[in-house]
Amino acid sequence: MNPTRRRFVQLVVMIAGLGIAITSAAGDEEAHFVSERAAMVKDIATLARFTGSDSGRSVFDARVMSVLNRVPRHRFVPEDELGSAYANRPLSIGYGQTISQPYIVALMTDLLDLRPGHRVLEIGTGSGYQAAILAELVQQVYSIEIVAPLAEQARARLAALGYANIEVRNADGYYGWPEQAPFDAIVVTAAAGSIPPPLIQQLKTGGRLVIPVGSQFFTQTLMLVEKRDDGKLVTRELMPVAFVPLTGRH
Amino acid sequence: MSPLQTRSGLALSVALVSAAALAYQLLLMRLLGIVHWYPFAAMIVSLALLGHGISGTVLAVWGSAARRRFLPLFSACAAGFALSAALCFAVAQRVPFNGLELVWNPGQVLRLALLYLLLSVPFLFAATCIGLALIARDAQIARLYAADLVGAGIGAAAAIGLMLALSLADGLRVVTLSGFAAAGLVWLEAPRPRRALALVLLGAAVAWLWPAEWLTPQVNAFKGLSKALLVENTRVIAERSSPLGLLDVIESPSVPLRHVPGLSLTTTMEPAPQLGMFTDGDDLGVITAWDGSASPALDYLGATTSALPFALVSSPRVLVLGAGAGADVLQALQLGARAVVAVDLNPQRVALARETFADFAGHLYSDPRVRVVIADARGYLRANAETFDLIEFPPADSLAGAGAGVQAAADSFLYTVEALREAHARLGDRGVLAITRWESGPPRASLKLFATAVAALRAQGVVDPGRHLAAIRSWNTSTLLLTRRTLDAEDTARIAAFCDRLAFDPVHYPGLAADSANRYNIVTTPWLYQGAQALLGPDPAQYVRDYKFAIAPATDDRPFFHNFFRWRTLPELWRLRGAGAAALLDSGYLMLAAALAQAVPLALVLVLVPLLALRRAAPLRGQWRTAAYFLALGLAFLFVELALLSRFTLFIGSPLLAATVVLGTLLVFAGVGSAASPFVRARHPIGLAATALAIALPLVDGVVLPVLFANAAAWALVPKALVSAATLAPLAVVMGMPFPLGLAHLAQTAPGFVPWAWGINGCASVISALLAVLIAIDFGYGSVIFAAAALYAFAAMLGWTMGGRSS
Repeated sequence: MNPTRRRFVQLVVMIAGLGIAITSAAGDEEAHFVSERAAMVKDIATLARFTGSDSGRSVFDARVMSVLNRVPRHRFVPEDELGSAYANRPLSIGYGQTISQPYIVALMTDLLDLRPGHRVLEIGTGSGYQAAILAELVQQVYSIEIVAPLAEQARARLAALGYANIEVRNADGYYGWPEQAPFDAIVVTAAAGSIPPPLIQQLKTGGRLVIPVGSQFFTQTLMLVEKRDDGKLVTRELMPVAFVPLTGRH
Repeated sequence: MSPLQTRSGLALSVALVSAAALAYQLLLMRLLGIVHWYPFAAMIVSLALLGHGISGTVLAVWGSAARRRFLPLFSACAAGFALSAALCFAVAQRVPFNGLELVWNPGQVLRLALLYLLLSVPFLFAATCIGLALIARDAQIARLYAADLVGAGIGAAAAIGLMLALSLADGLRVVTLSGFAAAGLVWLEAPRPRRALALVLLGAAVAWLWPAEWLTPQVNAFKGLSKALLVENTRVIAERSSPLGLLDVIESPSVPLRHVPGLSLTTTMEPAPQLGMFTDGDDLGVITAWDGSASPALDYLGATTSALPFALVSSPRVLVLGAGAGADVLQALQLGARAVVAVDLNPQRVALARETFADFAGHLYSDPRVRVVIADARGYLRANAETFDLIEFPPADSLAGAGAGVQAAADSFLYTVEALREAHARLGDRGVLAITRWESGPPRASLKLFATAVAALRAQGVVDPGRHLAAIRSWNTSTLLLTRRTLDAEDTARIAAFCDRLAFDPVHYPGLAADSANRYNIVTTPWLYQGAQALLGPDPAQYVRDYKFAIAPATDDRPFFHNFFRWRTLPELWRLRGAGAAALLDSGYLMLAAALAQAVPLALVLVLVPLLALRRAAPLRGQWRTAAYFLALGLAFLFVELALLSRFTLFIGSPLLAATVVLGTLLVFAGVGSAASPFVRARHPIGLAATALAIALPLVDGVVLPVLFANAAAWALVPKALVSAATLAPLAVVMGMPFPLGLAHLAQTAPGFVPWAWGINGCASVISALLAVLIAIDFGYGSVIFAAAALYAFAAMLGWTMGGRSS
């Protein structure tokens, strides 16, 4: 073996070794996230039981829970928040935006009563986490993000994770997505001061729209808008917290 | 150089440092209020003032060495203040602190601590300057402390002037220049005029050279303005700054703004083009494009909950309080108002709507039907006897505020029992008072408002308040009406029809049935409806007691409408925080409590550490009595200052003028008192001044002020300001005495302990500012005054035992 060749073999062995080391470390990391994710889902189940009286849902749909246990939330959070990826709290993702608290994501998803054949519109892609959760449950997700760089990042991230049934568009969410309307469900992930009328128009009869009320770090209530079969709207205000503001006597 | 001139150099320097430090404190509140939110700014700045306490510790430990090299050290500290004031702010605004995340992320607590420690550095330098002067020239204590107080009084007034005349960044440049000027002027004592000149010139150069982007506050990423600017082609087209707020007007041509709070879901119309106006980077208001006449394109303005009163009054004369960018004025005209008086406190805001964007706004504020008045809303209500068919109050809070509850500790004189009574008295026979606000469950503000309205009506002698009240809600706003006459069947039919047409739910009107109150926006339990029933029922007090949030009516003595915090609810909300119950924590009150919880142990350390060092050198007999004396004085002074500020803000009716008059008069005349204290000391025991205050304060607050306020309520601003100053001045003269009296005594008996007393005074004022607001929230400003009187009585007792008149 000539010296050059020997050095080449050494190099190959070294690189291979390094590769194995990295993969196994990554494997450990994945395993670590898997257990954190399971703990998060357990947390959510506990909270759901605890708050059921007011949200109207004491047990979330098993499919929603299993999807939460599958989607790698850590791939949607910024590097410096990796350690908190599965903590039950909202995280900042830059541009003044947040990735919602897992419990709120679960509750909002559950409230939509999704079926596998559904087509869902999302306003406010953000990191793309909510879109990924939806995509695992329905046929097709259309998601609109107003902040160009966020839309770009989410599109790339969702593609890398292999979600073929999500379309992300960088646009004004007000007008919805008329070409693909009507939708079985619409989820507005950003707290808004009003509900755009075009979104209501693009909701199927019998369809559901969910919108959080409050600031980004504090979801105070969830608005559930149902379009009844006669076309009339019923809105329901749900508290994510089981809290009775009056002491026992009344 | 004559001795008088040399002594003036030092006094002038002390006054300059003191003025610059106070101006810096007020500037910093504005700057951080823009970068973060006001309550976080208040917390950071109050804790940063611990720098004053640290200076006491530093001087107590190293003071003897400092005394020998007084001039260079004083000069260096003044220059240190000048440099750090600007630099520390520049660094601080780059610390990625996010107050909204405080309950979720413990890491934010560390960033908060980093912020206040960083910003304590300039205050440490400034206080060290003044402390050094008091130690090194202890024969002149009364005079130098007078310079300190007079300087602070001038600084308070100057800060408001600076913010009116200059940008905040240029305000910081002036602070830098003043610090260097103080560093220079002190050399006149040497005398070293050349060195003095060099330092002043250096200061001018440094101030001029600061890069503007270091000193210009950057609105944080979570505020409305920052988010709006992320949208393509959105840009700021006008910016104005004053002590009343930083105003930014934005246009968003690609993605139109569509800000219409409380718009019915039945509406399919898209709002007319709007320009956004942000105050301190948040609190969006809009200027709507208009062609000067009622137009079908604006029909949506009739489809919000705030349009309800127009169903009860026809072609009304309307008073819009807090008219801002003009949305409510436009709504009133669109819905048939024959005349509108638009009141807003901020002249820049009015000028933007009336002049800068007049064409866009269709000359709304110059419409012949509209009269614009620049005044404080409450001040306007009190000063005018005109009556109206409709009086509209501004929304009690912003959406962000409603979400985070952080406004809790800011007092407001617009949502008190007395304010509603005054407004009620301004209603014509068929007049209606309307208040629209953001709504979210479980109800807090809406119930408190309802309780306040019930109390106001009862106080006006109305036997059955329920017949004078109506309230409705949409999914995110609610509107409360308070009427002069009783609501008859025709009125309630109109309210019911309005609700049915727009899918709103009634909360209350005479004869409302329970099953009609929860049909469109269905809530699990109709707390608002039940609450309104209970508050009108036989035992409203019981309901208020049992409610888990503080919903007892706000009063002028406890003007904290936004505080709903009750300690007994805290454990339950904390336990539920994982499900987002943190949204229900009224963090304003909690933040004050948290700040106090940090200030007290820090202050203890700062006071005890030097004591160990000092005792080794020369023990002081009665050290605890001395400590208690200065602690009581430090606490009492700010108690009085803050309580009187609240009282006179209501009386004068202009927050800026009130702040200038109260702070300026109290501090300058306390300075006069300090300068006069040697004469008192020569003839009377130390405890005399404090005794006088203990007796005078309850009399002033309980007798003098009520009589004055009742008789001068309708006076113009300037006479009000003058009579306020004249009332405060004699009190302030006496308030300026106890501290220099005690300090001069200490300088004679145990000079090493002078810096210790200085530090105690500094720590006490930090604790005092936080404690005063907590006491005011829980017990009212009257109790704050009473507590101050008790503290002065305690100090007097200690003063009498300290020993009598000096030889």
